[in-house]
Amino acid sequence: MNEADLAQWFINEIKKCKRPLVFMEVCGTHTMTISRYGLRSVLPDNIRLLSGPGCPVCVTATRDIDMGIAFARIPGLILTTFGDMIRVPGSNSSLLRERVNGRDVRVVYSILEALEIARQNPSRQVVFYSVGFETTAPSTAFGIMEAKTANLKNFSVICIHKTLPNALRVLLDSGEIGINGFLLPGHVSAIIGVRAYDFLAKEYSIGGAVAGFEPNDILSAILTLIRQQQSGPMIENEYRRVVKEAGNEAALKAMQLVFRPCDSEWRGIGVIPGSGLMINADWQEYDALQRFQVDVGEPVEHKGCACGEILRGVKLPDECTMFGTVCTPENPLGPCMVSGEGSCAAYYRYR
Amino acid sequence: MDKIMLGHGGGGRLSQQLTSELFLKYFGNPVLNTLEDAAVLMLPQRKIAFTTDSYVVTPRFFPGGNIGKLAVCGTVNDLAMRGGEPLFLSVGFILEEGFSLTELEEIVQTMAEAAAAAGVQIVTGDTKVVGKGAADGVFINTAGIGVIDETLQISVSNAQPGDKVIISGTIGDHGMTILSLREGLSFKADLRSDCAPLNGLVKALSRFEQNIHVLRDPTRGGVASTLNEIAASSNVGMIINETSLPFKPQVKASCDLLGLDPLHLANEGKLIAVVANSVADEVLQVLRSHEYGKDACVIGEVTDGRRVALRTYIGSTRIIDIASGELLPRIC
Repeated sequence: MNEADLAQWFINEIKKCKRPLVFMEVCGTHTMTISRYGLRSVLPDNIRLLSGPGCPVCVTATRDIDMGIAFARIPGLILTTFGDMIRVPGSNSSLLRERVNGRDVRVVYSILEALEIARQNPSRQVVFYSVGFETTAPSTAFGIMEAKTANLKNFSVICIHKTLPNALRVLLDSGEIGINGFLLPGHVSAIIGVRAYDFLAKEYSIGGAVAGFEPNDILSAILTLIRQQQSGPMIENEYRRVVKEAGNEAALKAMQLVFRPCDSEWRGIGVIPGSGLMINADWQEYDALQRFQVDVGEPVEHKGCACGEILRGVKLPDECTMFGTVCTPENPLGPCMVSGEGSCAAYYRYR
Repeated sequence: MDKIMLGHGGGGRLSQQLTSELFLKYFGNPVLNTLEDAAVLMLPQRKIAFTTDSYVVTPRFFPGGNIGKLAVCGTVNDLAMRGGEPLFLSVGFILEEGFSLTELEEIVQTMAEAAAAAGVQIVTGDTKVVGKGAADGVFINTAGIGVIDETLQISVSNAQPGDKVIISGTIGDHGMTILSLREGLSFKADLRSDCAPLNGLVKALSRFEQNIHVLRDPTRGGVASTLNEIAASSNVGMIINETSLPFKPQVKASCDLLGLDPLHLANEGKLIAVVANSVADEVLQVLRSHEYGKDACVIGEVTDGRRVALRTYIGSTRIIDIASGELLPRIC
């Protein structure tokens, strides 16, 4: 069976289910695949897909965006970060606007690029503003280890990494959303393994399927979640070609070596205990927050921006009054419209 | 004399030396050699195409070419996309004080080769030198003049419902090559820029006369932008088949790795042709028999809608949107 026939087979199987069911994806790349392949348009109306807090750029709190901006304003400092981050609006500026005003803000594709910039500018401080879930946290850990090996004295990291499982717990505890299953992220799970989600089935009676990123991976996982409605909730690995039960031990070890868990603020959700990673005492010379003192005032949220509710799955992007009118990818008011993985941007692009 | 000095742009002896020992050595021809203030040209036809472009690509050297080759091919291709036969180019250099003369010579030599391959003459030029830090090595501007065959009616606003959309080869090679060379971006793939002059390919298509409706080279913004520009200018829609899009596997894999859409990546040696359905098969044959069109294929057709849509391999459709995020700075 070719891929197209396989997709049709999945769709036909899914259509046999007549119950109204809601599944939430908690991974930005899933959000993108669902939108890029128009999966909502091929699914029956009774199967609804909801985007959760899966886009790392989107869940970064305004306070943390403001902090990045404050760093960019330190004279002589080079701030490096991922492309999407520079466009996210903070309280009253963005890294992009800071760059236009002459601050040295550079877009990199990985921490290795930031390390290279530090090597080439020995007389300047280079700070890497790092966001992301368990997917990118290991590379940040390896990057910090590399900085130590290379004895780079002018390199440090603003660590805003987050970890996913506790956020799912908080979402379910809020009782705001009724969902029948989670599409669990392939990349994150490749690092943390499958058992990290067992609490969903055990404590909340909600099943999950770890899915890959091809359209058929997602369709297959949706079918699995539908079948669990009969067989009972459990956490199933539908992405065995990449995700091992125990995850990636080398990556986990690097994270444990360099980071320790901390409380972390999520946009739209608030502070979630134990859902962040900070650089631990052994590596604190690479912690930009230890090296520099910056003043960040109380954040100002944009009035009318529904990113918070959208991230919690309470609202769909097109239910925000600003969606597509005042808030567009060219002029984003909230982070969900900035990142290609953000649910608003995905809705807008492929509407 | 192994580095560019401010005096190389000063109009004095050093300037003369640079002109005679470097530029005339490689670019020399009867028109340029006179070193007059302006070139006087004789054109075989009255309808001409005229274009200009500036080149600031970083890194300056990459697999498949360098900034000089790009500066010649880019302007030649812009002329060709209007059906123009490129004849003459101007070249303006902005050099940073301290720039390596050896590197400049290599760039100039490549430009001479690319001009010869495209059959154009460099007939006028200019050099300025700016202080250290005021430019990044070398920036090049080229302008070009081509003559247009009166039987052709090629324009971005000329796509018609029912037309076939053809691409001359694999998508995204240049953009991904430049991206892969970024410092610290630690992946090595067998990538090569497709930078090439396309006027030969266009000339081969001229026999189809008015059945060639649109030609465009999908450079910055990639295939996605070009298709949207054609659709908007022509007031039409398009349906593109995902399974028909030609990619080099290493480009596709690199895109997956970096989370990029290959339709947003720049190409420097590809054209998109929108042609009458009746000649589509023949056009394809002509393209495929040409060195720069071996992998040509039909990727979709023009509709009377307004949307540029992609039919995915699972049978659903989505909009092909233009990129609005920060793509790579300085790809050309």
